[in-house]
Amino acid sequence: MNETELTNKQIRDSLSKTTLKKLIYDFYDQFESETIPHITLPSRTKKNIELNTDSDVWVYGDSESMRSAKTVKGATQLLKTSHVVELLMKGHLDQNRSSTLRELYYISENWDIAKFNEQSESDHLIEDLEIITGLQREDFHVRPEENGATLYGPIKIKELTKRGDRTMHCQDEVGEAGYQIPYNVETIKFVEHDAKFIIAIETGGMQDRLIENGFDEKYDAILVHLKGQPARSTRRIIKRMNEELKLPVVVFTDGDPWSFRIYASVAYGAIKSAHLSEFMATPAAKFIGVQATDIVEYELSTDKLNDQDIKALESELTDPRFDTPYWKDQINLMLKIGKKAEQQAFAGKGLDYVTDKYLPERLTEMGVI
Amino acid sequence: MVIADELAKKQKAISIAEFFEKNRQILGFDSGTRSLLTSVKEAVDNSLDACEESGILPDIFIKLENTSKTNLTLIVEDNGPGIVREQIPRVFAKLLYGSRFHAVKQSRGQQGIGISATVLYSQLTSGRPVKIISKIDRDAPAHYFELLINTQTNEPEILKDKIVEWDRLRGTRIELEMEASYAKGRRQSVYEYLKDTAIVNPHARITFIEPDNNQVIFDRATDKQPLQAVEILPHPHGIELGTLMKMLRYSESDKLESFLRTSFSRIGAKTAIDICTKAGISPETDPKNIALDEAKRLHEAFKRAKILAPSTDCLSPITEELIRKGVGKEHIVDFIETTTRPASVHNGHPFLVEAGIAYGGKLSKEDKVEILRFANRVPLLYQQGACAITHAIENLSWRTYSLNQPGGSIPIGPAIILVHVASTHIPFTSESKEAIADVPEIIAEVELALKDVARRLKLYLSRQDNLEKRREKEEVINVLLPRIAKKVGEILERPTPDIGPIVAKIMKNVFCQRVINQNGNGCEVEIRLKNHGDSTHHFNVHESLPCSIGSPSPAPKIIPVGTQIDHVWKISLKPGEQKAIMYQIEMNADEAAKLPQLVVEGIESELITGAKAVNV
Repeated sequence: MNETELTNKQIRDSLSKTTLKKLIYDFYDQFESETIPHITLPSRTKKNIELNTDSDVWVYGDSESMRSAKTVKGATQLLKTSHVVELLMKGHLDQNRSSTLRELYYISENWDIAKFNEQSESDHLIEDLEIITGLQREDFHVRPEENGATLYGPIKIKELTKRGDRTMHCQDEVGEAGYQIPYNVETIKFVEHDAKFIIAIETGGMQDRLIENGFDEKYDAILVHLKGQPARSTRRIIKRMNEELKLPVVVFTDGDPWSFRIYASVAYGAIKSAHLSEFMATPAAKFIGVQATDIVEYELSTDKLNDQDIKALESELTDPRFDTPYWKDQINLMLKIGKKAEQQAFAGKGLDYVTDKYLPERLTEMGVI
Repeated sequence: MVIADELAKKQKAISIAEFFEKNRQILGFDSGTRSLLTSVKEAVDNSLDACEESGILPDIFIKLENTSKTNLTLIVEDNGPGIVREQIPRVFAKLLYGSRFHAVKQSRGQQGIGISATVLYSQLTSGRPVKIISKIDRDAPAHYFELLINTQTNEPEILKDKIVEWDRLRGTRIELEMEASYAKGRRQSVYEYLKDTAIVNPHARITFIEPDNNQVIFDRATDKQPLQAVEILPHPHGIELGTLMKMLRYSESDKLESFLRTSFSRIGAKTAIDICTKAGISPETDPKNIALDEAKRLHEAFKRAKILAPSTDCLSPITEELIRKGVGKEHIVDFIETTTRPASVHNGHPFLVEAGIAYGGKLSKEDKVEILRFANRVPLLYQQGACAITHAIENLSWRTYSLNQPGGSIPIGPAIILVHVASTHIPFTSESKEAIADVPEIIAEVELALKDVARRLKLYLSRQDNLEKRREKEEVINVLLPRIAKKVGEILERPTPDIGPIVAKIMKNVFCQRVINQNGNGCEVEIRLKNHGDSTHHFNVHESLPCSIGSPSPAPKIIPVGTQIDHVWKISLKPGEQKAIMYQIEMNADEAAKLPQLVVEGIESELITGAKAVNV
């Protein structure tokens, strides 16, 4: 472990600790100045989401809600917040330890009336703390239960692990499963690469197909597995590669309303974590498919849209993130044909069809290759 | 031949029985379930009326048996006064025969159609006669009849007439077979009807045996008989002009004054003269000679003259207490309020409205409130939407009374709304007697009754709400705030902050605090006072000390008490105002910290934080 990096981590941890301590100081000051303890937060509702025209991502607006110790609910929240902050400062940052979101929920069992009733409550509080402090849960040493997904392609990275630096090439020095994205991607440095673009893929099956068919080598592509709705670390590493390495990003998902939303969260940000949009969304990411027009043009095997699919599409028509002529056309067409298709549907035309014909055609069309 | 003569040959009287045979739905005999309900209702109404008239506490037994796939047998037995032998055939097998049609008096049945229509329905659908047993006294014989109605002549046909053994003291038993179906678990069912009947007749015991032999008993909640209704003369308010003219023409009096006195209730000699004067007609005029325009003036004068509201003797309210008992025995609730309005009049008929609201308990919070409608103690189960009671409920703004009312219709919440309209004549929208017509006087009275009980509900709910708020505040100040203060102190490794000022703020109290600063050998003492409440407070602050104090500001009143010296400051604090008392004392800070708690006098202890309140 080299010394400057260690110092960087120490500086980050100490900054996080100061920020958290400040929050508790605020409470203390409120007691001293005879003010009923409270905190203010932006309202985390759909109505309070707006497009930041500078960064082109969706962030929280100005509407705020207050949590005050005047009510039982508010006071309980403040007590829980104090307990969590104490854990983060004294249990995590001081001792260089971490917990998963699930562990945090279990730790609270010892907090008597401050304990959480379900995990969603503690998850929510951690998100609140991110918003209040402007930090991220990684800064508090809180990680999600699952690791990020995998990455495969012509890029060499250096990861700072608890057991020292690890440097590896994500094509030559990893197994077929690829490089596992850690929960905190800020510890990764991009050493060198020969990539021309990044392709983010919804399903593991399709990523494997592209690896097996040598797509990454032929087109110098980095393949990132999204694993359904992508984890924060997955979205963050895509954003970092896009910004730091200036690599174009394309998103390849199933052709159904839910997959359109996967694309939207990669490109524009998610409503639940809009405070992190500027950090995680990649507005330059383009949608490759499966488009509704592809279903028609490539005559893919399809399933009928069910009622939920239709409702989801209709709600997307009023979602500001999809308010572009391109998306209106795609969504309306899907509603009209009443059909959806999976990525794997290309297999119906032969196992090489997707890598030899569909993707090259679409990438050329989009001007990526 | 003239066409009219031709037509006259075809015109012939149709028997009333024949008419109803073809129009049975207007009497409530359309579907199988409804027909059964109507039949039970007619029989039970008759039993309750008969018991009430004879001052007997009703004990009614209802049994349903499956006779075939489509048919049921209904048996209703009561402990009423019984019916004399000669009358039995006509009471049960002649339509429009009854004792109540001409009486100005509240009763359940009115036209005398009910039970004979049921008999007719039974006869038409099963082809079987009705079987009656009736006994009028312990020593009298029990008469058994089997009867059919001759639908051509509307006269009874007696198939059997004999004396039988019957081990009852007295009473009447009726047995009918009919095409019907038994429904359970919905509002319009025999079960619900009997349950509602039990609510408004808490003096009755009703035993019900369902077709599957399941027995349900709705027991009585009181031995108190409902008030006996007495017959009265028509009341002059609202009587129609046509009726008045008819009464004038057939009057047996030969003077208008005596006509008025003897034909109407609430008109005495003085009122009669007053009416005659207002109408500009001599009291001596012969009623039979009064012309149309005079009659009109007389009719007008009724409205202008001061006439007492009709006597309520002819009405039999359930009474507030018995509605409460009735609802309470059939439902588990937290709150019941009831009201009986004074009698009023519609179209010359006295009526009165009673209402009740039950709230909480096991009632559903998400559903519309349950509406229980009653007319002369009879539950109304059908046509809720067409009824004046429902319309009055919808007219009220329930949000004012703390109940949700989406779209201004029937409110939502864990409540039952009960309305009883009692009258010598209930204006129903149709012969099946399921909905009360929108008579403005009735709607207005129902609204007044509802407002009365709704106001009390609101009071109850706001009291509950205040209690809830108080509990909440207590939890915040006693449990949560101390813990937050302790926790933030721990995290910052600082002393636990004082929650006193914040407690005072949350409780809207006056906050008192003694702050001590060492100054040389002695101490500077500051007593801080702040009013966080909404009103001005006047009180005295007492510092009972073992020594005298230096340079006090402001100066206290000094009272030596034994070895101690009591220093008293008179304080007045407006809302939001703060004041400080300063003095010096010859002791060090450690000693000063051990001084007893501040004492205030003349303010309730709930309104003060940081000092001990005493009352001298």
